[in-house]
Amino acid sequence: MIHFDNVGLRYGMGPEVLRDLTFDIPQRSFQFLTGPSGAGKTTLLRLLFLSLQPTRGFIRIFDRDIATIDPQELPLLRRRIGIVFQDFRLLDHLTTYENVALPLRVRGREESTYRTDVIELLKWVGLGERMNVLPPILSGGEKQRAAIARALIDQPEILLADEPTGNVDAPLARRLLRLFMELNKLGTAVVIATHDLSLMDQIDARRMILSHGRLDIYD
Amino acid sequence: MTDDGAPSGGTGARQPRQIVLRPTAPIVPAANIAGRSLMFVISIMSFLASLTLGAVILVQDTANTWQSDISREVTIQIKPQDGLDMQQALETARRIAIGFDGATDATIVNDDETSRLLEPWLGEGLDLDELPVPRLVIVTIDEGAPPDFQAMRTALTQALPNVYLDDHRTWVNRLVAMANTTTLIGICILLLVFAATVLTVIFATRGALSGNHHIVEVLHFVGAEAGFVASHFQRHFFVIALKGATAGGIAAAIIFAAAGVWANNNFATPQSDQTNALFGGFSVGPGGYVGIVAIVIIIAFLTALTTRITVMKTIREIDLIRSNPGHVL
Repeated sequence: MIHFDNVGLRYGMGPEVLRDLTFDIPQRSFQFLTGPSGAGKTTLLRLLFLSLQPTRGFIRIFDRDIATIDPQELPLLRRRIGIVFQDFRLLDHLTTYENVALPLRVRGREESTYRTDVIELLKWVGLGERMNVLPPILSGGEKQRAAIARALIDQPEILLADEPTGNVDAPLARRLLRLFMELNKLGTAVVIATHDLSLMDQIDARRMILSHGRLDIYD
Repeated sequence: MTDDGAPSGGTGARQPRQIVLRPTAPIVPAANIAGRSLMFVISIMSFLASLTLGAVILVQDTANTWQSDISREVTIQIKPQDGLDMQQALETARRIAIGFDGATDATIVNDDETSRLLEPWLGEGLDLDELPVPRLVIVTIDEGAPPDFQAMRTALTQALPNVYLDDHRTWVNRLVAMANTTTLIGICILLLVFAATVLTVIFATRGALSGNHHIVEVLHFVGAEAGFVASHFQRHFFVIALKGATAGGIAAAIIFAAAGVWANNNFATPQSDQTNALFGGFSVGPGGYVGIVAIVIIIAFLTALTTRITVMKTIREIDLIRSNPGHVL
């Protein structure tokens, strides 16, 4: 589904923050992306999300060479990717329901066509009672789950989550992990960027470890 | 979510409750401080632009009135001369003038009227026979098809001595030049005000939009196409601009209407006469009000256009980071 070949990236004239990355993310796979703070996890996620282009190397996403993609096609490709930002990026003036429904709304769908799906998903992530609440009222964990639900609502082929348990306590982190595993069972490839070792120890999944800009993979 | 971590679904034994959701909120927040400030700035600029437009119309109308009043008449002047029968000469001049096509009327300024004309300089009880005072015949002409002044001048000089036909051309030309200059200055001021309005609207819109940058970014990242994002912001700011510009335009229209009412209520008073001499009827007429509506529409569309360009630029900048990781916004 995604293939990186000898990818490198530097910001401006600075040193390379990512070096010689070569890996695949297969369909329906589950992997952790880990490494020390500043190792480049978020940068790698941004490459996967098409919000950065490498300074060298070759990336194929959904059988498309990203170097040749027209900017106008980017939104259409991003619709196949779900992303959970570390800082959630929920819109404060929209309710939980409206935030989760946003990806469908921007695709031009009528509210009546997605209302049931959004409500069901919100119940699935445990926010059935918080649909009409604005993000500033939500707890950190609730925001996290709302952000996850927004990423999942259009059934993406791959989910990218940046430190999804960074703002929650251990029990909630475990719940979120189960949520990702259920999603993966339903056919979505999952990449979780985290430096939480206890979280990774809970399941036997592929580990992609970034260190000094280089990537080691342990299947 | 249940205690063991499993997400709580809607398949429990309990009867599902009716879920009430609020009407879907607009993607762009309805009101914020930046939006209200933008509306206020736009209303001020719309008010100033409307006032300037009204002032230009007023100056132009007044200049046209002056020009029209003066060019409606020509004057035949006969200077006294020994042996000249002034009354007969005046009558001859009147007859010659009225005989030309385009001359609709000719009136001899009689002794009493001449005395009154000279009264401010020579005092009351003036005996015109004692002074060599030039006498006048006022000829009213058809503005649309004026007579041949040169032919009239030739006919008069052949028939009478010491006769002079004043078609006011020099005065009218000066007045036209002055009126045109005044109108030109007014249009320049109007253009400056419009330019200031355009720049103010652009910067105020961009300022208001900068507070919504995160919304543009989130929409872009959840897969919204640039046109979709732009159209939502464009609609939002168009409404803000329309409200602000309408408020400013209505305020200016009220001032013009109030000035017109004041002028009508003070008709034939010294203040009104002075004002009328300067500003004509003190009414901008239908053209002025149409102009105000045009200003409101232009400002609203300009704001919408600025919004669209700014949002598209913001999205381009987001994608520019994509193609150039070192690019700092």
